[in-house]
Amino acid sequence: MAKKVLVLVGTKKGAFIAESDSARANWAVRGPFCETWPLNHVIGDPRSGTIHAAGGNEWFGPAVWKSTDLGESWTHSSEGLAYDAGAPPVKTAWSLAHGNDALYVGVEPAGLFRSTDGGESFTHLPGLQAHPSRPDWHPGGAGLILHSLVLNPQDNSQIWVGISAAGVFHSADGGETWEPRNRGTRADYMPEGQNYPEFGQCVHCLVMAPNRPDRLYQQNHCGMYRSDDGGRSWSSIEAGLPSSFGFPAAVHPRDDEMLYLIPLNGDTAGRFMPDAQAAVWRTADGGGSWEKRTDGLPQTGAYFNVLRQAMATDALEPAGVYFGTNSGALYASADEGGRWTCIAAHLPLITSVETLVVDA
Amino acid sequence: MGATDTKPEVLVRLPDHLVRLFPGAERRVWLRGANVDEMLHALDARWPGMRDRLCDSTPAVRRHINIFVGGRRAGLKTPLVQGMDVFVLTAISGG
Repeated sequence: MAKKVLVLVGTKKGAFIAESDSARANWAVRGPFCETWPLNHVIGDPRSGTIHAAGGNEWFGPAVWKSTDLGESWTHSSEGLAYDAGAPPVKTAWSLAHGNDALYVGVEPAGLFRSTDGGESFTHLPGLQAHPSRPDWHPGGAGLILHSLVLNPQDNSQIWVGISAAGVFHSADGGETWEPRNRGTRADYMPEGQNYPEFGQCVHCLVMAPNRPDRLYQQNHCGMYRSDDGGRSWSSIEAGLPSSFGFPAAVHPRDDEMLYLIPLNGDTAGRFMPDAQAAVWRTADGGGSWEKRTDGLPQTGAYFNVLRQAMATDALEPAGVYFGTNSGALYASADEGGRWTCIAAHLPLITSVETLVVDA
Repeated sequence: MGATDTKPEVLVRLPDHLVRLFPGAERRVWLRGANVDEMLHALDARWPGMRDRLCDSTPAVRRHINIFVGGRRAGLKTPLVQGMDVFVLTAISGG
């Protein structure tokens, strides 16, 4: 059956959806949805076609939005999406993941919730907040946010989260208990001799290879890394890249060795494209070597960045790759990152990009 | 007459962009409660989920929500008097 792809775009002013047939040559963009709420993550479940959006409104607090008709209509809920009375309240929902039987939600201040009724209500998984290191977690520039949420697709009791700036944590029991998994990742902002702590790293984005749950990739504030043991140890893969700083990472939908990154010019240098020339860097050997791709991307005046959840691939053949900028431009490649086209401009600040492939 | 019916009834005015989040909700509603907290529970009974939009889990009125009772900014414990005007307003906020 013919397929179509929806690029789900979270922005500071609601959700947008770019849609195309499988050729991905012509795009139609609709939105804004979710009453123009600030959204941090919009994801689609390819099994059900349901779309969920996580965000928070300065007036009305956090919520998870839901559409079962590919974005035509939306509902919202925050029932149970709250910490106990007296604790600092949940400010906003930051990250989403569709598990086999549940929807998982990461929030600010960092914590994890689960919904077993499709996003109608939520239950706090208190193990993460109860971790002994919790009193020593410090927020990154965007707050103490649980922004990366990775499930083992075969065994959802295996969960990895990325928290800025507490680092990567792993649970082997569905979120009851957790351990930090940051060995080998740097914290350059710590005093000399304390640059490899057990936790406290500023992870920016954590992703899993499609066929190997133990193969993780990480874009960190201080370097790019790969793990082949579920995050127990990390190795730098930043050699050959123009900087050690960036936000998003995206894996190929089928190739465990293929990873896409968008390095910026550095954390104290403006955090935009190196030399104001936009480029996506891809590796076909797990980070051993890198290829710079610029075809179709602006090569002058590119003073934008791409935020941590704003790059994704689709499941089509060949794979599509997408990213959105903080200046509101959405770029697409229909050939695995080779050539790029701007498919939407002048959107609000883009916080997240995900894809959903459904029957046409 | 039940116990609830003896509590003060107030006219509550809600902001448009709150009402838009709840299909069928109205901008003006009469509600009963001894204080703002009880009034918000009554609001939630009318349109489930609306209290969450106005209060956090502290529990407290959200930082950028203002509830005026009898012309004065109120908290959850502020008592209500029969026939009072209550205004729920959003603060200047956003970007």
